[in-house]
Amino acid sequence: MTTAKTRNEPLLQIEHIGSHYGPIEALSDIDMRVNEGSLVALVGANGAGKTTLLRALSGLQPISAGSIRFDGQDLRRMSPGKRVARGIVQVPEGRQVFGPMSVHDNLVLGAYTRGRGKAVDRDLDTVYAQFPILAEKRRQAAGMLSGGQQQMLAIGRALMARPRLLLLDEPSMGLAPLLIAEIFETVERLNAQGITILLVEQNASAALAIADRAFVIENGAIRLSGSGRELLANDEVKQAYLGI
Amino acid sequence: MLSDFLQFLFSGLTTGATFALVALGFTIIYNASHVINFAQGEFLMIGGMGTVMFAAAGMPLLLAIAAAVALAVIAGMAIEKFAIERAGQADTIPLIIITIGASLFLRGLAQYFWGKSYHAVPAFSGDEPINILGATLLPQSLWVLGSMLILVCLLAWFFERTLSGKAMLAVAANKDAAQMVGISPRFVLLLAFALSAALGAIAGVMAAPITLTSYDIGIMLGLKGFVAAVLGGLGSAFGAVAGGLLLGLMEAMTAGYVSSDYKDAVPFVLVLLVLFFMPGGLFGAKSTARV
Repeated sequence: MTTAKTRNEPLLQIEHIGSHYGPIEALSDIDMRVNEGSLVALVGANGAGKTTLLRALSGLQPISAGSIRFDGQDLRRMSPGKRVARGIVQVPEGRQVFGPMSVHDNLVLGAYTRGRGKAVDRDLDTVYAQFPILAEKRRQAAGMLSGGQQQMLAIGRALMARPRLLLLDEPSMGLAPLLIAEIFETVERLNAQGITILLVEQNASAALAIADRAFVIENGAIRLSGSGRELLANDEVKQAYLGI
Repeated sequence: MLSDFLQFLFSGLTTGATFALVALGFTIIYNASHVINFAQGEFLMIGGMGTVMFAAAGMPLLLAIAAAVALAVIAGMAIEKFAIERAGQADTIPLIIITIGASLFLRGLAQYFWGKSYHAVPAFSGDEPINILGATLLPQSLWVLGSMLILVCLLAWFFERTLSGKAMLAVAANKDAAQMVGISPRFVLLLAFALSAALGAIAGVMAAPITLTSYDIGIMLGLKGFVAAVLGGLGSAFGAVAGGLLLGLMEAMTAGYVSSDYKDAVPFVLVLLVLFFMPGGLFGAKSTARV
């Protein structure tokens, strides 16, 4: 499965993409590479274009220029469903679980592109083992879970698709500090299991601390990039995002 | 007295079962897209009229019914493919108006090809009424009620047990998130139209031996089914069935105890009352979201 690596190419290669909401430019000339196995953070203020970029990667927001390549393949004409099947899976901002449906059904739907079978059942067991609270509440309506539990469910649902590249949109949003720490631990653990991660965060310090590589996005354009540690030490970043 | 009441009860449940199936059709498409498909009544017309025409062409009854249902499903999918999908990102209101156009179109086609006269489908198992405590029950009523029960059970199984059914519920719950797990809302909408058309056509053919059928029965049945769906709470499958049965009963009781002149006014008075006092309907979906 490491075809990108053997060709010496990043798993995800974003070249000069732009995107618009009507006449308003949301992304302009974005260039990013995400290497297989890495944990990449994308930080920026509200409205900078982080979510738009993730939606473009998932195929839910059209791009007006540039190209996106995943594992050596051009994504331009690939439907959102195909992208999930290929392994680009998103955990959306604000969790967005299927509220009226059970926790279990939410997870089963995570594997929608894989259908049903023994492999999916095994992965269900794995997700329940990773998030015991979900196993406990498997029959409950997902909308009744607490914010932190819903975030676990949203991540578990994404894992059911067997992601190769996991796109996480503000997983810490609206959670208590203790839960935020737990979420970030989970993100690191998933990365250690071999899943490439693109993490979008407003909580810049926590995201930069665990990232191999990071990008700062401002007004729809990449402003800075470097290793997580470099950006943590960068004066501009400190001032603008870390409040130091 | 009791026999009168039973008589009204039987006839109310029978028409109510038909309304319930129409209301379920509305519900399924509404949940997949928030569109009210005003062509829903035409599926009943195609079911009834199609059966008449295929039977007249020499097909055995069962085959004629299957062909009529298939024809309705094709019509439903064609509406989605060539009218709804073509409208692209249009808002809900233009889409609803498109369905009104589609219903006029289907009605026009039916009038052109099948004529304007009323037709009777023979009762499936004879016309010999069953006598229960002085009231009479037509065997065809049992067919209507039985087919509704079976269809409701099949639907429940479909939505609870199959991945496609769950995908439809997921789109209803959160379209964006559904796309992020790889579900195509287009596919779900196509499936919704096919399912609703099949439900409508079966309802239409089951009721046809009792009510007669013609090219224009879809108008009233569609409107009443819509009222039933609103009465039960738009979007709720349980509400659709309950609303349909309740509406049928109220109509029959009004016709029996007051005057049959007022029968057709019942649904519309009822829906106004519901919209005034319980805008969410009797069993309207309660939000389980927690922020």
